[in-house]
Amino acid sequence: MTETTMDASLEARLARARALVAALEQGDELEADRVLDEIGRVRQSVLFQEIGRLTRQLHDALTAFTLDSRLAQLTEQEMPDARERLNYVITMTEQAANTTLNVVDEVLPMVAELSDKTVSLSQRWQRFLQRQMPYDEFRELSRDITVFLNSLDQGLQRVQGQLNEVLMAQSFQDLTGQIIRRVIELVQQVEESLLQLIRFAAQQKGYSAPREKDPDAKDAKNVEAAGPVVPGVDKAEALSSQDDVDELLSSLGF
Amino acid sequence: MKILVVDDFSTMRRIIKNLLRELGFTNVSEADDGQTALPKLQSGDFDLLITDWNMPGMTGIDLLRAVRADEKLANLPVLMVTAEARREQIIAAAQAGVNGYIIKPFTAGTLKEKLEKIFERLAA
Repeated sequence: MTETTMDASLEARLARARALVAALEQGDELEADRVLDEIGRVRQSVLFQEIGRLTRQLHDALTAFTLDSRLAQLTEQEMPDARERLNYVITMTEQAANTTLNVVDEVLPMVAELSDKTVSLSQRWQRFLQRQMPYDEFRELSRDITVFLNSLDQGLQRVQGQLNEVLMAQSFQDLTGQIIRRVIELVQQVEESLLQLIRFAAQQKGYSAPREKDPDAKDAKNVEAAGPVVPGVDKAEALSSQDDVDELLSSLGF
Repeated sequence: MKILVVDDFSTMRRIIKNLLRELGFTNVSEADDGQTALPKLQSGDFDLLITDWNMPGMTGIDLLRAVRADEKLANLPVLMVTAEARREQIIAAAQAGVNGYIIKPFTAGTLKEKLEKIFERLAA
């Protein structure tokens, strides 16, 4: 309140008091009652104003409280969850990298060996074509070629199998991608909550937070997509192996 | 045999395509979610649909339901290949009329086995 309005209100109260005294001194009961009523009305309206102010404060406090509880949920539950999920991403990418590197470790020396044998055989073959090879040596060469073709066949089959392993190892990209998307969503939620809190703190106005999607409610809608099962985080009833899935399906008459 | 592979991750589509080629299936098309898959199915006389579940736009389970609801596609065999492994989800897929369900990560052997099973049933 400014000084002038305070003066005005003091002035008004004094004026009413004087009017009341004057009316009582003159024995004007009617006028005295009227002035008393007026004073009562003013007091009432001050009371209403005060109640209004308190209500607004309560509303603001409640808004802040819901913001706090969402933040609390995010920090207490979902952040540690996200940490676990990201750790799982590290594990999966590590596994995929190791699988691929193991294949390289196995295939490279094998290919090098086959390549060496090819070079040596082709040199001997050239000697044969130039008719520089005695018969006994040729018999030995043809035996070696037979052995080589055999080992070449086996080697190529192994390479094929190993390349398939590299192929399957790439599925980590899909699975980790799904997990990382979920964590990105969470980070966005934290960001929004923090922004709301900052706005609220700055303005101290009845700022109503937009309704957040409740993650538990999402889980309850059981056929919605939830992404890959992360061990130690997802406690929902998830089947861990293809065998379990097959068993469940066959129990359903599949 | 014409096959449509639906997954939002292109790496997974490539993996499945490679595995299918290894098994002798070379006529394979791709779509990245249900919304793009459905028109392809409706206009393209496919013999098999292999789909992921969790995709933006239209999910695999919704695609499966749309396929079963479409008079022309109702009998198309559908194999789900997905990371969704919860009991309720598998039951929901079974109820929606899925022909096979593989959870990721999977092996080449599992894909072969489930495909053979589907074709066996179709032949019977």
